[in-house]
Amino acid sequence: MSRKLLLEHINVPGINTLEVYRQKGGYRAVEKALKTLTPEEIVEEVKKSGLRGRGGAGFPTGMKWSFLAKPEGVARYLVCNADESEPGTFKDRYLMTYIPHALIEGMIVSSFALGAHVSYIYVRGEMMPQIRILERAIAEAKAAGWLGKNILGSGYDLELYVQPGGGAYICGEETALLESLEGKRGNPRIKPPFPAIAGLYGCPTVVNNVESIAAVVPIINDGGDEYAKIGIGRSTGTKLISASGNLVKPGVYEIELGLPVEEFIYSDEYCGGIANGKRLKATVAGGSSVPVLPANLTLKYANGEPRLMSYESLSEGGFATGTMMGSGGFIAFDEDQCIVRNTWNFARFYHHESCGQCSPCREGTGWMEKILHKIEHGHGTMDDVDLLWDVQRKIEGNTICPLGDAAAWPVASAIRHFRDEFEWHIKEPVKSQQQNYGLANYATPIEKAPVTEEK
Amino acid sequence: MSEKVKVTIDGITVEVDNGTTILNAARQIGGDIVPPAMCYYSKLEGSGGKCRTCIVKVTKGSEKDPRPMPKLVASCRTTVMDGMEVLNITSPEVLEARAGVVEILLINHPLDCPVCDQAGECDLQNLGYEHGLQKTRYEFERRTFDRIDIGDKIQLHMNRCILCYRCVFTADQITNKRVHGILNRGDHSEISTYIQTAVDNDFSGNVIDVCPVGALTDKTFRFKNRVWFTKPVDAHRNCDHEKCNGKVTLWYKGADVIRVTARKDQFGEVEEFICNTCRFDKKATADWTIEHPTHIDDTSVIASNHYETLKPLPVINPNAALQAANEVEFHKTVKY
Repeated sequence: MSRKLLLEHINVPGINTLEVYRQKGGYRAVEKALKTLTPEEIVEEVKKSGLRGRGGAGFPTGMKWSFLAKPEGVARYLVCNADESEPGTFKDRYLMTYIPHALIEGMIVSSFALGAHVSYIYVRGEMMPQIRILERAIAEAKAAGWLGKNILGSGYDLELYVQPGGGAYICGEETALLESLEGKRGNPRIKPPFPAIAGLYGCPTVVNNVESIAAVVPIINDGGDEYAKIGIGRSTGTKLISASGNLVKPGVYEIELGLPVEEFIYSDEYCGGIANGKRLKATVAGGSSVPVLPANLTLKYANGEPRLMSYESLSEGGFATGTMMGSGGFIAFDEDQCIVRNTWNFARFYHHESCGQCSPCREGTGWMEKILHKIEHGHGTMDDVDLLWDVQRKIEGNTICPLGDAAAWPVASAIRHFRDEFEWHIKEPVKSQQQNYGLANYATPIEKAPVTEEK
Repeated sequence: MSEKVKVTIDGITVEVDNGTTILNAARQIGGDIVPPAMCYYSKLEGSGGKCRTCIVKVTKGSEKDPRPMPKLVASCRTTVMDGMEVLNITSPEVLEARAGVVEILLINHPLDCPVCDQAGECDLQNLGYEHGLQKTRYEFERRTFDRIDIGDKIQLHMNRCILCYRCVFTADQITNKRVHGILNRGDHSEISTYIQTAVDNDFSGNVIDVCPVGALTDKTFRFKNRVWFTKPVDAHRNCDHEKCNGKVTLWYKGADVIRVTARKDQFGEVEEFICNTCRFDKKATADWTIEHPTHIDDTSVIASNHYETLKPLPVINPNAALQAANEVEFHKTVKY
């Protein structure tokens, strides 16, 4: 049984209320931070913990906080990014639904560390129940004196607001989120300047994921060094993984980073294997934007070493044979799933969610979606696969925000690893409408290779 | 901020003010190495960064931090650093990526150039001519919209729009209340006005001039003539609008003024915005004081039959052998 930091008390009845949360040791971090630590010490603890952003990019949180500009007489803001809309990711929603005070406690400590007196939680518009839960929790915390003027007699004031978004995926990009929070159209800004210099209303701003902020609580409670002992290498601490797809037990799991992928999929403590006794065909390890991998490369590196659930290990081998940790949306596909259809589905999503600001993403996502639709429905030609490859290459890296990359990567990796299946769809237009390509050799175990590297 | 920084673009070094963008540094050098810009407009604050045609490769970040930038950057929004080295037309990677952007800009563009008023002075046409493919690889239906009128003098032809946002920035800059913007998202987004209201402003006509394509057209000029059959002449009048200086270009067909636009510089940007009275209502030679024929840049088809002397770029050192070789060109007189 691995250590649980965020979800330790998730099954305690009434943990969503302040009373029960407090009984289970909640708000200790606020007391400790406000009474005994200075903001600089908190930032130092977070740096020591090695906590990396849980929203997808994996940028060290402590580093991000230390980049925050601190000019005299200018307000600073902390914004929590709860605009979780990546297909396959639902960990933040789970956390906010069942244990909202963990987020609020983290917000208080983080705001104190950054010197923010007004902080926002930007919640995706579709998550109306979670918005109500958070508002109720904030009201409770405020009534108990954890928010408002002069918290715990320390002289620190903090107001916390929940802001519902309009339900756009692009508003999860931090600068688009800030635009949306300011009441404008949610278009990503062109960087630089970065939000740490000029963010919300032109003031220095830090934008953090829900899970990153919640993880500050155990870091302050136990100390950064203690937190850094969990995990492996530069991937420290625990991570919430939202597992979905053809698994026996899909759901949100808290894992210690460094858990072997094989154990995560097959052990009874976690997902419990592939549903209905089928075999694993492919996985998307970190939400829809990351490259899709065939089963054999999911479990092992190209050289036969086992792959672990950590930032470094999942991206081992680059995009040729690796993927990314992303936001932790683990999707498993069994042998009856069609990769072409899935890729089309993802492309459809990005086509729908592209903001339309910069040309390659606006036009390219639609183009990819149309080509994939054509291939999936049995009207494709061999040229289309090459064209698709060319289009994704024109999008990747040429856009303002990472949505272009996120749209291009799943398509690129699907063609890279599952080209046979695309070609089968083209060669067998009738058959492909009636049956699936099947497992083929995607799960053939990788032999432990001699040290010489292979492609 | 007055200190100068050195930047090298395609091997040509230039000293520019600190805080200049790569694009503007390239414009100071001039010539072929200026990256094309479809959305950046120096007169409009906040424009740029969207079309991605001006992407360049930065091979050396600065003197202090010589690491190259990992991705191609939008030159219109990247400021120069001291000692920066930039590749534009000498990098195959940049040219390939730019060709990709042009292809992508054209997939939903109707290519109705034969009936489009902008043809001949269209930035996208020039760009497509230089970087585009002969044949489109896009085989699906293009998006279509209905034409709408923005006021009684301007027509919006959304099919042709490449969503550069220039007109949005213009409308923001000339009006206090925002009435003109983008609806919807992604490739179905469209320029529109707030529930069919006209952009009611004395300077609204300038959205026609800033539009790089034929999406916003002058209804008083629509289908009157092809621009390359007209003769542009610089003129001015004493405009009584306090913000308009009345300096315009008149486009003659025979003895008639068939169009009035603001004056444009060599990068196709207007020098000063003009008011709607000058633009739409004053179409008689008697209204204007004629100055001289307009200078037309070589890149445009309007320049056909306009000859000019060859002027070498100022940054290139005089080379006696080259000058001797091009003597005939040098001896040509200016003829507009």
